[in-house]
Amino acid sequence: MSNGEAFKKGLEGLDQGPAPSEPAAPGIPPPAGELPPHPGVDALRREFGEAVLRHELTAGDEHIVYVRPERALEMLGWLRDAPEHRYDFLQDLTCVDYGGGREIQVVWQLWSVRHKRNLRVKAELPLDALEVDSVYGLWRAADWLEREAYDMFGVVFRGHPDLRRILMPYNYAEGHPLRKDFPLRGRFSRAEQTRRALSMRTEDHYSPLELQIAELLNQPLPDVIVEGGPGVPEQGMMPGVGGGG
Amino acid sequence: MALRKVVYNVTRNPELAAGGSLVHAPVIPVEGESYEVHEDIAGEHMLINIGPQHPATHGVLRLVLELDGETVVRCIPHIGYLHSSFEKLGEYRDWNQVIPLTDRMDYLAPLIYNCAYAMAVEKLMGVEVTERCRVVRVICMELDRIFSHLLWLGTTAIDLGAFTVFLYTFQQRELIYDLHERYTGARITTTATRIGGMMADLPSGWIEQLNAFLDGFPRVLDEVETLLTHNAIWIGRTQGVGVISGEDAVNFGLSGANLRASGVDYDIRKDRPYYDYDSYDFDVPVGEHGDIYDRYLCRMEEMRQSVRLLRQAIERLPGGPINVDDPRVILPSKTAAMNDMESMIHHFKVVMEGVRAPVGESWFSVESSKGELGMYVVSDGGSKPVRWRVRGPSFINIAALPHMIEGALLSDVIAVNASLDIVLGEIDR
Repeated sequence: MSNGEAFKKGLEGLDQGPAPSEPAAPGIPPPAGELPPHPGVDALRREFGEAVLRHELTAGDEHIVYVRPERALEMLGWLRDAPEHRYDFLQDLTCVDYGGGREIQVVWQLWSVRHKRNLRVKAELPLDALEVDSVYGLWRAADWLEREAYDMFGVVFRGHPDLRRILMPYNYAEGHPLRKDFPLRGRFSRAEQTRRALSMRTEDHYSPLELQIAELLNQPLPDVIVEGGPGVPEQGMMPGVGGGG
Repeated sequence: MALRKVVYNVTRNPELAAGGSLVHAPVIPVEGESYEVHEDIAGEHMLINIGPQHPATHGVLRLVLELDGETVVRCIPHIGYLHSSFEKLGEYRDWNQVIPLTDRMDYLAPLIYNCAYAMAVEKLMGVEVTERCRVVRVICMELDRIFSHLLWLGTTAIDLGAFTVFLYTFQQRELIYDLHERYTGARITTTATRIGGMMADLPSGWIEQLNAFLDGFPRVLDEVETLLTHNAIWIGRTQGVGVISGEDAVNFGLSGANLRASGVDYDIRKDRPYYDYDSYDFDVPVGEHGDIYDRYLCRMEEMRQSVRLLRQAIERLPGGPINVDDPRVILPSKTAAMNDMESMIHHFKVVMEGVRAPVGESWFSVESSKGELGMYVVSDGGSKPVRWRVRGPSFINIAALPHMIEGALLSDVIAVNASLDIVLGEIDR
């Protein structure tokens, strides 16, 4: 490629600037025949009609179907159980926040082990109603994935038996970190964050269920962080423990 | 033509099976409803805490166990002690700057993570990498599959008391570290890929060094097999322990060797082939019992298959450029940047503004050493991701731990946890 051609090609990509992130006409399903058909989406349309909002194709071959959040559980259950679809493997469950007051998307990424097909199902939740039914009953894989989505985005999964924070500490009070309105450094000052970290009590390391068990067993909670004391090696004497895999 | 998957029937040790008692570790079933908290258990049950600082939890995993004598009634894992907020950090970096974060997630197979991320972003951008780059990435990924499985083998064996295996595997890992270092300059944090190619072409002599490793490695693997595969202690500690059925394994979202050991034939390299994996000749081992022993056999065979893949990749490694010829994504050569205006502009734009991705999203997964590694990238047309999500295989595999060990013995907790092949950097992210 000559330099002139390369220059032109480069300018095409570089000087376009960010394109608008709003889809052209949200909410309107494209006319049939415009997209390559996906058996799962077509069947959902037949079975659930109105509840299928729109169908998109992205990155060449990835099908996304947007559904009404209040019927998502029903539709996902149907996709899992219908013998001609059998999306029995929940690859991923996560959320996307575009910021700027837009809805938060809940994403279910499905795979059918038998039919070797992918489908991505999305539901959009307005910021003032971040609730959707849990799919814990369909896929146990959703257990921790929903807890993570709750922890990071504040989306409440109705019917999850044990919805509590998973990556952040149980007494974390700064909000949900992966939301776009959450500053990178956190909401509290560094001094306040340090103070809170140092003042954690033993109970703060345990879930409500564990506290309940300990009480029923009439047993003191085992210390998680042992500070000094006779026979306890100082922290730092065993560097690398815990990091080696 | 590629062979179709072969089901390896796992043969139990016949001499020991006849005797009976040595083959299976005693598993005491828990009577009644083990999930309910009963008021009358005080004094009989005990709550203990393992971790977060404990060598046998393979990182900063913390398990709270409710025990009835030596039997685990309930297991509640706690994670997040290594949380570094990689996904949030990624949203503040441009597409290329995210790559160093990926290898810090799974520092046991960093090249697989580098490649998976670059592949997802390239799919989103519609960039087709060169033929040489595809083969180099296959080499990188298969090399790190061995790298990660060796660590798994060594640490699992040492958790169950076999110290020699640990030394043998770490000696071999050292050779892979050397290969990493010679290619990328780093032993663990490789950061080897770029959007549209690699950070550099393979240095001269690297393939010879890789060949030398491949010549010696299978012999060491054979030696390890003689130490473990028919070892009575190993068999007693692993057969029938941590069993999960194929149906449950799919429902729990297990992937990789953990899923295939339960008899489910799902390998992304075969089912959604990327980088011409369908044109390589290799088999995917599938177990049938779903216990630790089958996971061990599957991973051992996967290492041998990776050696086969590496040999084929070396043979077909084409010449030509390693990076795409696309000034939107790839830096021009230093000479060009210093000598002509256009290249200097491209250099400036790629460095200062970063590579831009079109509006859209891509969910792309590869078969990592630990299971299905999914990378989900969402772009609004800018030079930074709106959302970068990692579907970590360890995160989902470890969530099934309570299901596998409730009702088993305390000593089995260590064995089952080790057999799942987790890495906390990626679980906590």
